[in-house]
Amino acid sequence: MAQPAAHTEHQQHPIKLYLVVWGLLFVLSLFSYLVDYLHLQGYLRWGLILIFMTLKAGLIVAIFMHMAWERLALVYAVVLPPILVLVFVAMMVSESHYVLFSRMTFFGAGP
Amino acid sequence: MSARMSTTVAWPNPSEVFALHIGGEHVPLILIAIMTFVLISSSGTMAMAVNFGYRRDRRKTAILMLLTALFGAAFVGMQAFEWTKLISEGVRPWGNPWGAAQFGSTFFMITGFHGTHVTIGVIFLIIIARKVWRGDFDQEKKGFFTSRKGQYEIVEITGLYWHFVDLVWVFIFAFFYLW
Repeated sequence: MAQPAAHTEHQQHPIKLYLVVWGLLFVLSLFSYLVDYLHLQGYLRWGLILIFMTLKAGLIVAIFMHMAWERLALVYAVVLPPILVLVFVAMMVSESHYVLFSRMTFFGAGP
Repeated sequence: MSARMSTTVAWPNPSEVFALHIGGEHVPLILIAIMTFVLISSSGTMAMAVNFGYRRDRRKTAILMLLTALFGAAFVGMQAFEWTKLISEGVRPWGNPWGAAQFGSTFFMITGFHGTHVTIGVIFLIIIARKVWRGDFDQEKKGFFTSRKGQYEIVEITGLYWHFVDLVWVFIFAFFYLW
């Protein structure tokens, strides 16, 4: 076989692992849906949405995309840049407040 | 994000916009919930397909990949249903009956781009599943565009693409539909 065997051997996990993660993702999705179904509002709603979202994203990246078994350097290379994008998100929030302020000031009635 | 945060008009409530009447019952956001479960399931079958690919189990890999493609196609079908429903209710990129005009443009752009990628993924899955089924990767047969020998590695790459599309949906579900 031309392909080095190391990587092939590397990703041999029992099927049960994937079924468990699949089940967890189902339960987390159900919880996310319940947040809306039970009409939770305010910081409780946003907090729960973010928690369930992060857990789901983490499970998909770590187990399904096999990130958990990668070298630490690669994990940092992939995970850190999206976290740094949050800086741009903060800038967008600030800019949005300014645009909203301008619109209300110069174009009349606000929300 | 800025489009949503800077509107002076209230944002339409997605919980109501995407509600369905099932058997006389008014169920909020149900279609989106079903779509989420379908896409999560497709990711589950894809992860198992990748696993069987590493074990060089031709039959199971191909069947699970086709199952994934089927879930993906079902997802796109529901997306098309949702678009049809919203367009018939008067949602346009420049306005809608319930509130901020930006709702329509962001909805069509975000779900349109995501749906396009799911569609590409379905086509990609079918092509690779056919190659797996035919045994191209056992015989190390060359690909159409390359002189490189065919390997089961491509199943993992297809899987990475598919899981990423699912990952993006996790964020769309949280920030567009639930927020």
